[in-house]
Amino acid sequence: MSLYQLSKLLYTLNRDESAKQRFRDAPAALLDDYRLTAEERAAVLAPDIGLLYVLGVNGQLLMHFAALCQIEWSDYLQQMRDGVKRHGPVRAGIYAMTTSPDEKVAG
Amino acid sequence: MSLVFAGVASHAPGITGREERAPRAQRDAFYAAYEAMRVALDAARPDAVMIVAAEHFANFFMNNMPAYAVGMSDEYDGPIEDPEWLRIPHRVIKGDADLSQRLIRGLLDHVDVAYAEEWRFDHGIMVPLHFLDPDNRYTVIPGNINCQGPPLTPLHRAWAFGEAIRAAADALPERIALIGTGGISHWPATPDSGRINEAWDRAFLDKWVANDKAAMLAYTDEDTYRDAGQGGFEIRTFIATAAAARGKGTLLHYAPIPIYAVGCTAATMEIV
Repeated sequence: MSLYQLSKLLYTLNRDESAKQRFRDAPAALLDDYRLTAEERAAVLAPDIGLLYVLGVNGQLLMHFAALCQIEWSDYLQQMRDGVKRHGPVRAGIYAMTTSPDEKVAG
Repeated sequence: MSLVFAGVASHAPGITGREERAPRAQRDAFYAAYEAMRVALDAARPDAVMIVAAEHFANFFMNNMPAYAVGMSDEYDGPIEDPEWLRIPHRVIKGDADLSQRLIRGLLDHVDVAYAEEWRFDHGIMVPLHFLDPDNRYTVIPGNINCQGPPLTPLHRAWAFGEAIRAAADALPERIALIGTGGISHWPATPDSGRINEAWDRAFLDKWVANDKAAMLAYTDEDTYRDAGQGGFEIRTFIATAAAARGKGTLLHYAPIPIYAVGCTAATMEIV
């Protein structure tokens, strides 16, 4: 697992306009700049917010990636819950879910 | 001249970005508290406002993560987020590289800080600025405590950082205001967003208002993570502010607003 590389990609996408443009125009080529596993790569390209969450991406990075992908706030929260249902508990990091996948806290 | 104002406030992006989804009365009460804080800040006539936030990978990342950083530029900008998402228009913010440099020299007598000649503000600074400086008048000095990427600086070092801010500010001819932004308990950007531990928040705020150093420094990150979520790590900005001000706090507002993902807080502290 290369969570650092995955996180760095999302960090760059959050702050760099040219990276955002590359992500829109030729996402696969942009991803080649990062050493990602096949699972991580597929999750970004889909985009599979739920899997990215389970892989351990920090929520502060994931929240902005979801916004970049035009995913509305409530849908963002739901996709993370669905990801935990589908892929199991969060595997790394400090943003693990503390409620149950069927619980809806707010939004 | 000295430190002339100290306060703390919430910075969650939902406060502006999802403002209409909270009950109107709750939103208005919190916004009114922020307005009261703006008036108090204005009355202190600061020459510069130092905002110590806990940023979220806007400028600092795990390739080179400073525990403490202070901006040193004549100009900043923000928000780094999509202005439509945060619902705060993009603006250029005045800095003062010379003042920053003198402040940082003072800090370095006591603590080690990184400096940054580039800094794009995220919601940690932009949400407070949106309310406290709607006309974009103030000269701003951004500060950051890493509360996102462990290992994190210990709480007693956050206290030392606050003491260093006080010593450095007191040695300057300018009038400096200090605003700490962040937490308290919250689980932001997770499916738990909206979970708020009100009892934990109120207990922490009691300690903060009393400026009880020993009680504030007694928290462990293990306990905070369990009881107050990863967002609770941001108590470091509150602790630094208390160390700088030395006085008692006045809580202007505290109320959980789940759709904003945080117990919405605004407070000032007497400078002693």
